[in-house]
Amino acid sequence: MLDDPSQGPVVSIMPRVKRKGVGDGRRTPVAARPVPKARTGIQGLDEITGGGLPRGRPTLICGGPGCGKTILSMEFLMNGARRFGEPGVFLSFEETVEELTLNFASLGFDLRPLSARKKLSLDYVQVEPNEIQETGAYDLDGLFIRLEHAIDSIGAKRVVLDTIETLFSGLSQTRVLRAELRRLFAWLRTKGVTAIVTGERGDSGMTRHGLEEYISDCVILLDHRVIEQNATRRLRVVKYRGSTHGANESPFFIDESGISVLPITSLGLHHRVSAGRVSAGVPALDDMLGGKGYFRGSSVLVSGTAGTGKTSLAGYFAEAAGRRGETALYFAFEESAAQIVRNLRSIGLDLEPWLRKGLLQIHAERPTTSGLEGHLSAMRRLIEDTKPSAVLVDPISNLISVGTSVEVKAMLARLIDFMKPTQTTALFTSLTPDDRHPDATDIGISSFMDTWLVLRNNETNWERIRTLDVLKSRGMPHSNKVREFVLTSQGLKLIEVVRRGGRALVGSERTDFRGDSGGTPQKARRPSSRR
Amino acid sequence: MSAESARRSRKPRTTRATAEFFDLRLYVAGQTPRSIAAVANLKRICEQHLEGRYRIEVIDLLERPQLARGDQILALPTLVRKLPVPIRKLVGDLSDTERVLVGLDVRPRSPAKS
Repeated sequence: MLDDPSQGPVVSIMPRVKRKGVGDGRRTPVAARPVPKARTGIQGLDEITGGGLPRGRPTLICGGPGCGKTILSMEFLMNGARRFGEPGVFLSFEETVEELTLNFASLGFDLRPLSARKKLSLDYVQVEPNEIQETGAYDLDGLFIRLEHAIDSIGAKRVVLDTIETLFSGLSQTRVLRAELRRLFAWLRTKGVTAIVTGERGDSGMTRHGLEEYISDCVILLDHRVIEQNATRRLRVVKYRGSTHGANESPFFIDESGISVLPITSLGLHHRVSAGRVSAGVPALDDMLGGKGYFRGSSVLVSGTAGTGKTSLAGYFAEAAGRRGETALYFAFEESAAQIVRNLRSIGLDLEPWLRKGLLQIHAERPTTSGLEGHLSAMRRLIEDTKPSAVLVDPISNLISVGTSVEVKAMLARLIDFMKPTQTTALFTSLTPDDRHPDATDIGISSFMDTWLVLRNNETNWERIRTLDVLKSRGMPHSNKVREFVLTSQGLKLIEVVRRGGRALVGSERTDFRGDSGGTPQKARRPSSRR
Repeated sequence: MSAESARRSRKPRTTRATAEFFDLRLYVAGQTPRSIAAVANLKRICEQHLEGRYRIEVIDLLERPQLARGDQILALPTLVRKLPVPIRKLVGDLSDTERVLVGLDVRPRSPAKS
């Protein structure tokens, strides 16, 4: 849907604008055409804005201190200079050119080459509070001249003023300043540059000095809030004249590669689907899933209480990918990579060869090392880099510790949306506290899941019996039988329930009845068994 | 010019108050009424209070926009007192003589000394 952002939504809004234009006689009637836009090149932002910021107009970006205004603005300029052939001027009212250069270098952005090639012009406008004696009428022509000189000397198409409200601390005649700012923004429009004006969030309005009164083409609000010790950044397009835009708050994230905005719903339901199948790694499980395993590119949820074998099932899936010569990415939020490898070896599953060949990568991290957005962003980046055919997240329930279940659900939806187009099969495990009442998270996320496997621990007759059943599996015939799920040193086995006299025999009863191990040679026969 | 100012500023003076030489730079943009007023006001004030110990350089930023950066010019007109140090900035058309004198840190000379 968003592959072609400029179309569709705009068409429906333009006739109204046109009618209004004809009616009040001020606007010249124009043919219905979308507002021209300048791409920011910032991941996700162009999707939300339907193609970028309004070209040739100023955009107001406001938010509290440290919310990412300067970085977003600078990335807009850098992308413009590097990728879209549009040089930019950065007029900083807060940091000197040296400070800016240093700060961005620490983030991994080197501004110097762009400056040297005259693709980027940095200028620091110093406003000394209360140092300037006012002796009569004045205007801000000096600022205009500096800006124009900077624009003309590099042929700039983009301009950032960060943060122009600083002027209010240096000059006392507020009325003059306001008139001058109004003139400045009008002048920027006539100059035809795509501009970002940043403003500090105010107590009453969006900015301290009401810049939103002057800039109404596009207003973007940034927010940096802390929820249960985890900082989350969010971005919202408050207004975008003449264009539709995503109205939701979208989380965003800042790291070495800049800003990534993560639209809540970026893809919708338009991805291709595959009829191809991939093995779950356990032949008996493939049998339960119409004999062929999961759909390629589908999402699989494995839920169960503690110790039911979720990680083992994940391990089998990862191992099967390796055996097919495909890459798998394993995100572990509970155990370290070494721990997972060791534990799986105890059931006869060796991941080591695939790790060595690079077909399997295990990324283990505590959920609390970063917020949900941080995890999502890091996962997206790794997925983009390695282009795996299988992704495992073990377990998603641990992420609850860094977000609410609604947020985890939203995060998973975005992760799944992100993987669908590349036909990446995803397996998520989820720890449920109670067998009979699946966790709220499971219910919440199950609608995104194509296949849901439930593992249970049944305590009957003095032993715990693990079982597996396919709660759902879209688009394929699947078994509705509950299988006994046995972990042995020779591997994972799914055993069909043995019936005798209308009664299902499981665990020791079954092995006793069969008189053989039934694939559970390590399982000691219990003397307590009554038969 | 700077060599000459330096030479003149080293001239011995009878009192400390009169020893100081004022090197002033007035930034304007074009020949607007405001620019013209500022130049006229500055000349008048200097003649009255700094006779013989000032130098005025008027810079038209429309002609030399690159000079706005060095002295951090935002508002126009801006008067920069380069000497005596420290540098001081005054914005506006200099119509408020009292504020100009305070801003430049000039005490009106007593009639006896003039």
